[in-house]
Amino acid sequence: MKKRNLFLMLMLLALTLILAACNFGAEEKPASEEETTEGTEGTESPEGTTEGGPKELNLVVTSEPPSMHPQLATDNTSSAVLKQIYEGLTTYKDGEVIAGAAEKWEVSEDGLVYTFTLRDAKWSNGDAVTAEDFEYAWKFALNPENASEYASILYPIKGAQAYNEGGGTEEDLGIKVVDEKTLEVTLENPTPYFLELTAFKTYFPIHKATAEANETWYAEAGDLFITNGPFTLTDWQHSGSMTLEKNANYWDAENVALDKVNIGMVESETTAATMFDAGEIDFVGSPFQTVALDVIDRYKQEGILKIADYSAIYMYKFNTTDKIMGNANIRKALTLAINRQGLVDNITKGEQTPALGMVPLAVNGFNEDRGYIKDNDIEEAKKALEAGLKELGLSDPSELNLKLSFNTSEAHAAIAQFIQEGWRTNLGIEVTLDNSEWQVYLDKLTNLDYQIGRLGWIADYNDAYTFLEQYDSAKNGNNDTGWENAEYTALLHQSNAETDQEKRIELLKQAEGILMSEFPVAPIYYYTNLSVKKDYVENMELDQLGNVYLKYVDINK
Amino acid sequence: MLRYICKRLIYILMALFIIVTATFFLMRLAPGSPFASERAFPPKIEAQLNAKYGLDNPWYIQYKDYLVDTISFDFGESMKYKGRSTNDIISESFPISLTLGIEAMILAVGIGILLGAIAALYHNKLPDYLASTIAVLGISVPSFILAGLMQYFLAFKFGHFPVSGWKGFNYSILPALAIAITHAGFIAKLTRASMLEQSNSDYVKMARSKGLGKWTIVIRHTLRNALMPVITYLGPLTAGVVTGSFIIEQIFAIPGLGKHFVTSITNRDYTVIMGTTVFYSIILLFAVLIVDILYSVIDPRIKLKGAKK
Repeated sequence: MKKRNLFLMLMLLALTLILAACNFGAEEKPASEEETTEGTEGTESPEGTTEGGPKELNLVVTSEPPSMHPQLATDNTSSAVLKQIYEGLTTYKDGEVIAGAAEKWEVSEDGLVYTFTLRDAKWSNGDAVTAEDFEYAWKFALNPENASEYASILYPIKGAQAYNEGGGTEEDLGIKVVDEKTLEVTLENPTPYFLELTAFKTYFPIHKATAEANETWYAEAGDLFITNGPFTLTDWQHSGSMTLEKNANYWDAENVALDKVNIGMVESETTAATMFDAGEIDFVGSPFQTVALDVIDRYKQEGILKIADYSAIYMYKFNTTDKIMGNANIRKALTLAINRQGLVDNITKGEQTPALGMVPLAVNGFNEDRGYIKDNDIEEAKKALEAGLKELGLSDPSELNLKLSFNTSEAHAAIAQFIQEGWRTNLGIEVTLDNSEWQVYLDKLTNLDYQIGRLGWIADYNDAYTFLEQYDSAKNGNNDTGWENAEYTALLHQSNAETDQEKRIELLKQAEGILMSEFPVAPIYYYTNLSVKKDYVENMELDQLGNVYLKYVDINK
Repeated sequence: MLRYICKRLIYILMALFIIVTATFFLMRLAPGSPFASERAFPPKIEAQLNAKYGLDNPWYIQYKDYLVDTISFDFGESMKYKGRSTNDIISESFPISLTLGIEAMILAVGIGILLGAIAALYHNKLPDYLASTIAVLGISVPSFILAGLMQYFLAFKFGHFPVSGWKGFNYSILPALAIAITHAGFIAKLTRASMLEQSNSDYVKMARSKGLGKWTIVIRHTLRNALMPVITYLGPLTAGVVTGSFIIEQIFAIPGLGKHFVTSITNRDYTVIMGTTVFYSIILLFAVLIVDILYSVIDPRIKLKGAKK
């Protein structure tokens, strides 16, 4: 009996030990941190705090950001946070490019040389932001050894592509530090959207001294994480939460209203919606989680749902190297016989715009429909189908058996089924659906191992070129259709050399026209961004690139 | 006893070797690459990435590297989360899963045994039917439905608990319950069945005839013998529960280890797949070993050395 009691005691002891080691998150630590930061902020800007106490905004993102290094980040979640803690030479306000870390800039007459003058800005540790920090960051991205997956966005810079692909040298790059506050950038071609690019995350500066001293400075929040934006990253519980606090050293700190931003990581859309309803978070809408499909109607009725245009397109790509899909008439028939309006009304329900061209209406110069095709034009589709079948030597559409591929997801499956049904009833074409995991699916597209495949494309900068550039040659890594056209390529090259903006847009429209007559791609809809926010949140708007800048956001409870 | 444990340890090592090997080859056979991305990048960059993670080596070199990594328990940097090592990911998320898991285990065992004992004592009477119904419901309602319902009603409608997150004990109650109820159902069924079996045995009849009370017999005699099947079930259950549940973590936004098992595979994040697999295997194998040792403590009739000569 005594022996057993001893054993029980031991078990109990072990249990208490385990329980003592238990981890319920950093419950107490942040509380004490909060006090100290409040204290310091109080002494630094006594007039800053209003009667409501510190202003906190609560948000959630979908997942742990895969990379908080501006030059290595590729995804939406990372860039949503990066945009708040870093600032490029330029930045956006209400969708317009404005000066950021640069005070002013001059552009040479041929549009090739940009000379940026940096303002007297500081890093979060008090060091001055210098031209060298920008040079260091850009060269880091372009250095092939660092394997930055987004380096190609820097290719407009002279010599960048050659250096990144292993041909050129670092010395030949068109990035020159004139003095501490002056950066001179030489471009390959006049790039009218270059000032949009400098607001992009890959163009953000990084603090040279820390980055050189510590290779993984970006993996944890803390003293090494030095930023130049309106906020700093003060706490990062991996896969759990991030805390941003106002950067007292930011050059425009007096115009930043929020003191603190809590960003949780919530994977489930339904949970995010419940959190919003319960008042735990103040805003839902990409990139800060998305409004779940089943609450869209309710939010619409409550009148709080906001719908914003988004420079992004949902499309079906055709593999033009395939025997059947290589026929332009078949592709035309399939493109025309999609009931886009019906799809948007019944399936996607997000008030998207049916896409009848390759460039979304939110893009400058493309705000109106160019009239290439009509939505759900069954008559024309049937004509094209007949011509296509004749060319292929077939007699009946039922002889075509096509495969429609997409990555596994309920939303993509529903869209595919809707379109499959339309093709079957209107054209008599049998289509089988084929879904695979994302990483596998991307491989399939790249290796042209598909017939019809879905893809979305979101603009990195608000210019038609980002949508059209991918088809400039069959070798382009983003083409995925095997299609190319000499005239199309020539038009794009001309547009690059053109300095007159109107003429340039005209050239791009002509190029778009070629795409919409040969149909390597069937556009389906232009995305919209849905969001809901609490009444007391002010100025929290999504621009056409899906950007949210918390710098401008205020809370009035 | 000691010899037995040594022998088991050797078996564990062998099992681990087979698991590592199988995982490695399955990983390689699965289509898809960790670096496939929507936005294409130049071949040179892809080659750099492959070189960085040693994916440009022939398979036998990679296999050897993986074995070495496993022995030194250093799986390298995640391919998806830049600058984060697999070990960091595991050491940060495992304590959270462990905490939640232990809480869920305590609930599951407590509720399960209580329900099972009640059901057996009042065999074929109302309490039995009630307890069995609850147990069957617990087993058959999937945990994500239960989690969703609890989140909606208990957290949102009545506001007793936070909706999601992981910032204190309060946050762990709903997820722990959601995990526990299914297992509690199983344990209740097991306890009930084996208790019924025991209550027909001679020693219980003897105790009854001596005039001992119902509950005294249960606590001092029957339960001890009736718990054997439950303990068998506890081994794998512990391993499963303390390493986290993907669904529950997703619904309640808990930064635990469970999600890494699933997302690392969809991301083709080879280093994290290896790390989590090896880690889980070790826990599972040791949990089973501990259960075997516990048998002999609870029931001295079981000899670990095997049959006597």
